[in-house]
Amino acid sequence: MRRYLALLFVQLRASTALALQYRVEFLGEGLLALFWTLWSLVPLLVVYGHRPAVAGWSFDEALVVMGWFTLMKGILEGAVNPSLTSVVEHIRKGTLDFVLLKPADAQFLVSTAKFEPWRAVDLAAGLALFGVAFHRMGRWPALPDVVKGFVLLACAAVALYSIWILVIAAAFYVVKVDNLSFLFSSIFDAARWPSTVFRGAWRLIFTFVVPLALMTTYPALALLGRLDLLTTALSVLGAALFATFARLVWLRSIGHYTSASS
Amino acid sequence: MLRTLRALPTLLGVGLSEAVAYRAEFLVWLLSTNMPLVMLALWSAVARGGPVGRFGQPDFAAYFLVALVVRLLTGAWVIWELTYEIRNGTLAFRLLRPVHPLLAYACENVAAMPLRLALSLPVALVFFLAVGHSHLTSDPLLWAIFPFAIVGAWLITFLAMSLVGALAFYVESAGSIFEIWMGLFGVFSGYLVPLDLFPKPVTALARLLPFRYMLAFPVETAIGLLGRGRVLAELGLQWLFVGVIGALALFAWRLGLRRFAAYGG
Repeated sequence: MRRYLALLFVQLRASTALALQYRVEFLGEGLLALFWTLWSLVPLLVVYGHRPAVAGWSFDEALVVMGWFTLMKGILEGAVNPSLTSVVEHIRKGTLDFVLLKPADAQFLVSTAKFEPWRAVDLAAGLALFGVAFHRMGRWPALPDVVKGFVLLACAAVALYSIWILVIAAAFYVVKVDNLSFLFSSIFDAARWPSTVFRGAWRLIFTFVVPLALMTTYPALALLGRLDLLTTALSVLGAALFATFARLVWLRSIGHYTSASS
Repeated sequence: MLRTLRALPTLLGVGLSEAVAYRAEFLVWLLSTNMPLVMLALWSAVARGGPVGRFGQPDFAAYFLVALVVRLLTGAWVIWELTYEIRNGTLAFRLLRPVHPLLAYACENVAAMPLRLALSLPVALVFFLAVGHSHLTSDPLLWAIFPFAIVGAWLITFLAMSLVGALAFYVESAGSIFEIWMGLFGVFSGYLVPLDLFPKPVTALARLLPFRYMLAFPVETAIGLLGRGRVLAELGLQWLFVGVIGALALFAWRLGLRRFAAYGG
């Protein structure tokens, strides 16, 4: 366990050093992230310019969901996406051999291969959105609710990561999955809206197929103090099951890896 | 010129067989154009209590379903190929051929049209079942203009991508510049929010930007939100944008090629 923590630290340091080499890009991407956060508020402002509440969500409450969305997006693009895109590259070129030869768990190595530290801007922007939302509501979340929120954040990150591991597992069979990542990002975009807004087919998809509700709506409800303990427990259980499933699929499909170029 | 014309059928044929060969990828790519459906669900929820502006629930359904069809028909992906080929130097192969590379890209894009039409059909079917044709314009003149509006929209999309893609000759992060373009597109084209629902000054501003003519203009023509006079005026403006952006793209392309060194190729 301590060995893996040390490994994680080393990988993080390497990514940071790499990012610091490209300082102009660092600044540019940071500014771009800020622009995106503000820009993505436009549809929200238009919707709430016409209505005081949508599907039982007031503007401030929807802003909390947006905050979680920004946070999750930072995690997705800063910690999950970069590593896993490089795995796909490894699989295609056959260089995954070098990773598999190392004396550590392959899944751990490939999922910590690369971080993009400037995505921290997204995390800060998400927290700022919480600040604005709760300031406008004139109350602050109680401590147990904050704890619940962050437990759910962990679950959401696990779910997100597991989906990605499943996508990678698919890459062992159908080498080209760049498009799948594109499709996933396009679906993930819907997470910026409270999931109860959606009805029918969309709600089923967003709750069970791609658990967007778990990623942004539940944490927001927790922070607003409206999520009961049972749902929280079920979410934790669901995320754990999902992660186990992804791990099993990963182990199975890595058995199918036949070094591409040798 | 004549040589290029003679090459066209072959180029189109190759493009079509490529699209058919990579049909799974093509399908996934088109499936990621799901934003209009998400926005449709959202705006339906907003309009549940009563119409928003002049949009009721069926109006939103009509708007976003037509928007989906227009987007499926006018989408382009040339920028990703272009920046990739410039960075890798594989563009050199295209330059060896006696056909302008932009034209070759355009052919690849247009050649996928049968597949795109096939995918738009179910959407259109859903439209007629869910909304009914009463929400489409019944003016034959507008329907005659509609194909031109679609072609214009596709040309703006394609040429703008070529223009930004040509920047990859100069800077490495042409992709980020294009992301900003897409961000502006999302708001000012009516992709996320029908332009009518913005405050008046924003709607007026959107009319002066090219984004509206890439999506909202054909959509609003089809669902009969615009009168004949407005449609004709906006069609003129649309093709003006096509001309200006096209000229800029060719200019940037010509300047950029001088710097192209086919590194790594």
